[in-house]
Amino acid sequence: MIDRDSPVTEDELHAYIDGELPGDRMEAVASWLAAHPEQAALVASWRAQAESIRARYGATAEEPVPERLKLDQVLKQDRANGRSWAAMAAAAAVVAFIVGGTAGWMARGASAAAPTGFDVFASEALDAYKLYVVEVRHPVEVPGNERTHMTQWLSKRLGEDLRIPDLQSIGLKLVGGRLLPGPTGAAAFYMYESPSGERFTIYCAKAGEPQTALRYASDEQFAAFYWVDDKIAYVVSGPADRQRLENVTKAIYEQVDKGASKKL
Amino acid sequence: MATFHQSVEATIPALRRYARALTRDSDIADDLVQDTLVRALRSEHLFHGGDVRSWLYTILTNLNRNRLRSLARRPTLSPIEDNDAPDLAGPEAGGRDIERALATLVEDQRNALLLVVLEGLSYREVAEVQGVPIGTVMSRLARARVQIKNYLDGGRPALRRVK
Repeated sequence: MIDRDSPVTEDELHAYIDGELPGDRMEAVASWLAAHPEQAALVASWRAQAESIRARYGATAEEPVPERLKLDQVLKQDRANGRSWAAMAAAAAVVAFIVGGTAGWMARGASAAAPTGFDVFASEALDAYKLYVVEVRHPVEVPGNERTHMTQWLSKRLGEDLRIPDLQSIGLKLVGGRLLPGPTGAAAFYMYESPSGERFTIYCAKAGEPQTALRYASDEQFAAFYWVDDKIAYVVSGPADRQRLENVTKAIYEQVDKGASKKL
Repeated sequence: MATFHQSVEATIPALRRYARALTRDSDIADDLVQDTLVRALRSEHLFHGGDVRSWLYTILTNLNRNRLRSLARRPTLSPIEDNDAPDLAGPEAGGRDIERALATLVEDQRNALLLVVLEGLSYREVAEVQGVPIGTVMSRLARARVQIKNYLDGGRPALRRVK
């Protein structure tokens, strides 16, 4: 596109409009462009692109910074890591979703701009829950009485130090666990059962974000709590009874929350 | 001399602008900025001098890449609705054009272009943020500009200049 005989290269044209040329070359390129209208038009179009981009997004930097992004706020939140269950539960956002897999997630309406980590993990976890919770003979790969082996195996596969919560105190027995493909690689999946046969599962995998607030999602049959702590996403799934699931989640949260144990 | 925290604080408005242009969604953008700040504050001890601003842009760029990767596993959930919406007339139309044109870019090219034209980083700084040689930054910029021009010229015949 650039005249071969000319000393001006296309790289220089970019550097020219980006202010990356030394002063003397600036002038040389400017006078070269004056004699080359085709390239001058090209350069003008690049400038116009830059102008459009600045016009479209520049104002964002003039907006007042939202409260949650102010540094003292971020610091405070981060220090509160090892967040109290009560605060998490109180803040849990409720998201309704429709049975029938991922299509349902599309129907969430105005806020459904793009799937967040929450959407992706929660739908994977719910799919796994629905698939295995009805399984009578082979719900798990490793039975619950091999807890130590399972902890080592799944920790190794996820590359994270996992803890498999003990929920005997709330009457839930560990059925066992399995390895699943997850949105970010391997996912660990544990299943618990109450004496009456209710099943709850924990799905955990590496998350793309360091931590998130607690989220709650439910439909007519199933519900899930989701959060990220120390870069691991947890989804606790069970029958759609928020109070019951919240109690189960609380017991799990208290055992896996690394922030809290670090504080001791 | 500004402290680390002051330097971070002073960069927040620019980070929001960059994130908004990268994600084209204000909520996702602010989440990204928040994650960037958390990450930066936690790893303050890893920061040994240098430019805080470039460092923050690096964190944000990487977090956004992780986000896009996890989205790519569910391509059916990509936010295509906006792009399919009928064209608007009036001053909004230009903004939407550039927004769509940016959306067609390869991620590394979009990052490079936005860091240069929107954030005003030097080629050297962008090279640092992207972890590539300056020559790679320049070829990303050049490709981004060609792609946007093609999109705007070809994709919007109605706006083509009539001679």
